[in-house]
Amino acid sequence: MTDIIQKVKNLSIGFRSKKGEEILILKNITTNIKKGETVGIVGESGSGKSTLALAMMGYVKHGLYTIGGECQFNSSNLLKMKSKDLEKIRGRKIAMIPQNAGQALTPNLKIGYQIDEALQLHSDLDEREREKKISELLNKVRLPSPETIALRYPHELSGGQQQRVAVAMALAGTPDLLLLDEPTTGLDVTTQAHVLELLNFIAKDTGTSMVYVSHDLGAIAQVSDRIIVMYSGEIVLEGPSRDILKKPIHPYTHGLLKSIPKLSLAGLPESMPGSQPQPGIIKGGCSFFDRCNFSDDNCKNNSPKLEFLKDLNTSVRCFNYEQLVNENEVSQTVNKIKNKSLDKEILNLSEVSISYAKQKLLDQIFNRISDENPTVKDINIDIKKGETIALVGESGSGKSTILKSIAGLLRTKDGLIKFDGSRNLSSDLKERDPNDLRIIQLIFQNPDESLNPNHTVEEIIAQPLKLYFGLKGEKLKKNIIDLLQKVRLGEFYMSRYPRQLSGGEKQRVAVARAFAAKPDIILCDEVTSALDVSVQAAVLNLLQQLKEDFGTTYIFVSHDLAVVRAISDRVAVLYQGRLCEVGPSNDVYKFPSHPYTEVLLGAVLEPDPDIKPKLVAEDIVEERPPEKGCSFQGRCSRIVGDICKKEIPPWQLTDSGNAIRCHIPIKELQKQQF
Amino acid sequence: MKVDNIYKEEKKSAFAKLSEIIITMASRPSGLIGLSILVFHIILAFTSPYIAPHDFKAIDPTLMLQAPSAEYWFGTDDLGRDVFTRTILGGRTALTITFFGSLIALLWGGLLGIFCGLVGGKIDDVVMRIVDAFLSIPWILAMLLIVSLLGTSTEVLIPALGFFYGKGIVRVARAATHDVIAKDFIVSARARGHSNFSIIWNEIIPNVRDAILVEGAMRWSWMLLGFSSLSFLGFGVSPPTPDWGLMISNARGLMSFAYWAVIAPIVGLSSLIIGINLTADAFAKALGIDRSTKAPV
Repeated sequence: MTDIIQKVKNLSIGFRSKKGEEILILKNITTNIKKGETVGIVGESGSGKSTLALAMMGYVKHGLYTIGGECQFNSSNLLKMKSKDLEKIRGRKIAMIPQNAGQALTPNLKIGYQIDEALQLHSDLDEREREKKISELLNKVRLPSPETIALRYPHELSGGQQQRVAVAMALAGTPDLLLLDEPTTGLDVTTQAHVLELLNFIAKDTGTSMVYVSHDLGAIAQVSDRIIVMYSGEIVLEGPSRDILKKPIHPYTHGLLKSIPKLSLAGLPESMPGSQPQPGIIKGGCSFFDRCNFSDDNCKNNSPKLEFLKDLNTSVRCFNYEQLVNENEVSQTVNKIKNKSLDKEILNLSEVSISYAKQKLLDQIFNRISDENPTVKDINIDIKKGETIALVGESGSGKSTILKSIAGLLRTKDGLIKFDGSRNLSSDLKERDPNDLRIIQLIFQNPDESLNPNHTVEEIIAQPLKLYFGLKGEKLKKNIIDLLQKVRLGEFYMSRYPRQLSGGEKQRVAVARAFAAKPDIILCDEVTSALDVSVQAAVLNLLQQLKEDFGTTYIFVSHDLAVVRAISDRVAVLYQGRLCEVGPSNDVYKFPSHPYTEVLLGAVLEPDPDIKPKLVAEDIVEERPPEKGCSFQGRCSRIVGDICKKEIPPWQLTDSGNAIRCHIPIKELQKQQF
Repeated sequence: MKVDNIYKEEKKSAFAKLSEIIITMASRPSGLIGLSILVFHIILAFTSPYIAPHDFKAIDPTLMLQAPSAEYWFGTDDLGRDVFTRTILGGRTALTITFFGSLIALLWGGLLGIFCGLVGGKIDDVVMRIVDAFLSIPWILAMLLIVSLLGTSTEVLIPALGFFYGKGIVRVARAATHDVIAKDFIVSARARGHSNFSIIWNEIIPNVRDAILVEGAMRWSWMLLGFSSLSFLGFGVSPPTPDWGLMISNARGLMSFAYWAVIAPIVGLSSLIIGINLTADAFAKALGIDRSTKAPV
């Protein structure tokens, strides 16, 4: 067939372990990419999806080697090609768009020059034609005023703009195949939706085939025609995008879709047990066996083959897929959260503002901070005992800054933070007594960074126990074992180092460490965003369970609105360090809402091809909050007039107790947002 | 899980860790060569007084500048002393003084660097400028000054060398600390309210220890060269104690007709330096630190 552009045949890639064993990263992959189609490769970290994408352009990472099979592009095997011949194909025929464009662009060369370099390599245009082509390309990726952008350096652009430049550079060689490795992962929700929309447009406009690699089913759902699901180095499911997302017939994909929190459902989704095995562990049988709800003895002993089902146009690697064929759409069951928050307030933030501005000499002497336009301003939130309040917003919205101030890592400029109605916590670490520090504990985003790599799990959890309660010997050990059991880890984890644990296990250890202090408030800073989707739900469920057992209050920071929806009782939306909307989560996720909340909700990507993101506002990035008026004036699509630029909008209450800060009357907002 | 976990490893004792590191080091040819040379020199330093065939200070005018023979393996020097005896004894002082010197350098340089890295701010600024000022003084001039004021006894040389070679370690330790303190586990320890001492001891040192140890090993070889230079200039070991630097200095004028008297100590000194260097490199590789990307400051 001529319409097949890339043919992967029996491809196996792996490495040799210290003991001399051959460990496979990719196991016998066979697939075809057709002309003009967009294929999504989805899988958790370590499933081999990036290795496969790189192999498609004839590249095998250092340390890995090809064990068997081939990647055919125009009927020549890329993996056996000489580097001179590969150079002619890379960029010209196959182009790659990396995850982090900020790192992929040379920092000291102007954008225009970098695109020009790509054009010189991959086209035969002369100088004047190239100049025209540069602005044409920048126009195509919808960058405003291409002429000025071309003269800028990469650091002068925002993350979304950098990613657009990377797309423009990839298009410079008019490639037949575009490989995209997690191109939107580091971007804000609204920017992500815009970039995906652009990619969709380019796929249609140029007829380029695309291979889109991502862990995010939501992003994959928006762009791809066909989806390949990878697990542990194997293709477990391959088929048309809609069928896979609506009626997955592989237990892994089925479970995965069930465990993703969705905007339309409040409550925690079911979690999948365990985590993906490390490469080389599975010796025989199905690699998903441990975690599967449909497994039987056959799965334990025999590895299933990838089977093509003609009537469904789908390939599946499972013995028991028939049980899923007849099932209807993925029905998600959620554990509704019981709101057990008491009326007693545990933490009050009043008029809190925080500044990162450098102190001047005079201010240093008087020990004060003077900054007319601080990063975070006017934060008034009363947090009730036992509730989960979520702070949401894009990067730079000040949500983590507020957490740091509550924890005492950052001094507040003005305002009061009060614990339990009486204890003043508006000070930093040095001024707080140990008990003030004990009552507030932090859980961080990335467990790789928050656990000391040179400490065993035992030493990690022992730290707060020793510090706050002075435990020693047997008593200390008993407490550690207790805590490990609470986070569903066995006693034998005590002697392990963090590097020997999976991401989910590490985060559990971090949770155990936080609870070891018997805190009243736990600050969760993006606790699930570094985790794989299938593990995320389990950690959320664990946090919820612990909260119910201990009556802890959570302050939950996240950029992921669906996760927030699943776990929180109340939500506070922040933009540029100012509150936009505070209310019970059920109401915040319903209209009417603040125009910024509307933008955020519209941009959420759901793993459903029928739900398209609504792009309400431009994805401009603002560096500083405006001096006067509403914080969202720069991007608001519902701006009323001069009043938005001059006056700080008033708080308005809806009937359900949702507070919105906008100049537009609530009734009017309701009408506009239907 | 029922599958056998190849990633499972239990906490090891310090001895088991060390022996594993040494085995890894010896598995590379360069590491094996370096280790063998170093071990050879250390054994020699311990045993040489007992195996030396002659008296190192026995002067015999009748035996002046004899070529190597069965009796005098490396020949004799201008005072008729046995060069072989003096060569195998000549490393003892240098090795001992520089070993303890580098320990002192490691200790003060490492701790000060970690402290500055953690505390930051004004204290860091002031301390680092002082360190920079000392770095700009040619060490040999400063050493000559100290030695001429306080004498050349071991009690002077060890701390003086330790001080001058520790300045560089301050910078390395500070940079390594900066890599670590940005991590969340330090933030977490701070938020819990641990003291600075506890943070340095429990959180930072385990993570910067390897980098500082490797740096210290490199400093050792530099210090050896520096100490030998002092001896060469006549400010190190006082005669008649045998020392390579001193021997090279004495014999260099006679190089044209009595090359053996100068070659033996040169081989001794350079092989030890090469040995330490190769060992330090292999040590770094065994710990997973790539020295090729992290040049010493």
